[in-house]
Amino acid sequence: MAVELTTTRLEDAAKWAKQSKLERATNWGRKFSLFTYPFVTACCGMEFMSVAGPKYDLARFGAEFPRFSPRQSDLLMIVGTITEKQGPALKRVFDQMAEPKWVIAFGVCASTGGFYQNYHSMPGADQVIPVDVYIPGCPPRPEQVLDALILLMDRIQNGRGHSQLRMKREQLIASATEE
Amino acid sequence: MAQKVLDALEAKFAHAVVRTGSAHGDEIAWIKRENLVEVARWLRDDAAMSFDYPVFCTCIDWLDWKPIGLPPEQHWSEDKPRFTVCYQLRSLTHRHRIRLEIEAPEHDARVPSLSELWPAFNWQERETFDMYGIRFDGHPDLRRIYLYEEFVGYPLRKDYPKEKRQPLVRRDDLPINPIKRAGHEEKR
Repeated sequence: MAVELTTTRLEDAAKWAKQSKLERATNWGRKFSLFTYPFVTACCGMEFMSVAGPKYDLARFGAEFPRFSPRQSDLLMIVGTITEKQGPALKRVFDQMAEPKWVIAFGVCASTGGFYQNYHSMPGADQVIPVDVYIPGCPPRPEQVLDALILLMDRIQNGRGHSQLRMKREQLIASATEE
Repeated sequence: MAQKVLDALEAKFAHAVVRTGSAHGDEIAWIKRENLVEVARWLRDDAAMSFDYPVFCTCIDWLDWKPIGLPPEQHWSEDKPRFTVCYQLRSLTHRHRIRLEIEAPEHDARVPSLSELWPAFNWQERETFDMYGIRFDGHPDLRRIYLYEEFVGYPLRKDYPKEKRQPLVRRDDLPINPIKRAGHEEKR
């Protein structure tokens, strides 16, 4: 991961050369205009506010604008514990988001369930929806969140997000069946 | 401090009070199930008692209760009632508090509801029903309050498996999908 983050521009260019110019340009636009939907359920929300606030400032990476409608957002941030009762709501929020969309599991509860190993909590939000980046920590440091965002941006540029890969796969299947 | 409440209770309801006691600064009266409502009504309405503040309602599951250091005859056994329902009351005017404890066996886990007397016990009793499965007779709306209707069993009972989950929704591409697995077991 650290190697990918500290790539020189030449290495970036080598990686991006696999993509068409249009794809490269759209992914470049996508990664710098992430609209987040904060699905805040628990105490990690405080840390999320700190990240969004002026000191750590998510806005430096173009993800500053939390949209409170899933239809207007393309980055779902699951911040906090997901219970079994919340599962259908989370799935519905994810389904309402427009493609392509990305998901970050913020904190250990959203990633694996954390120390809640019991009847009411879901063992990770990825039981219901695909998650792109997991941030461990209880709660994670703001630097970790920024690190995860940079990692996700790198992945978006390379077209490696879950929904991007799925769209590509569906295109391939469609073109193969046409022939 | 509330010993005078216990004394008054024992004097007035000698037939209803099983025994009284005191633990950690809290006075406790064990009440028979059939007399609970009349005792509670008197505690609320009598001028010298005037318990106007319902603190909480909860339940204790005594299943396999074998603490180290207690003689075996005090351990829980099959012939003792499994559940104890607790009502903690407080009087803001006289500044005393008391706990009413009602024992209920497993095969007949029913307790008369006090939500008519103190409306704040309505949701507390629903929570106790949700977690322990105690039926409150006379409760106006006894439904699950935290968990979903599809949930089977009562999670805070000691015999509920510790990590048993009852998922509502799962991804289709999970390697082990508990929902599909459950359906498979039903078909067999």
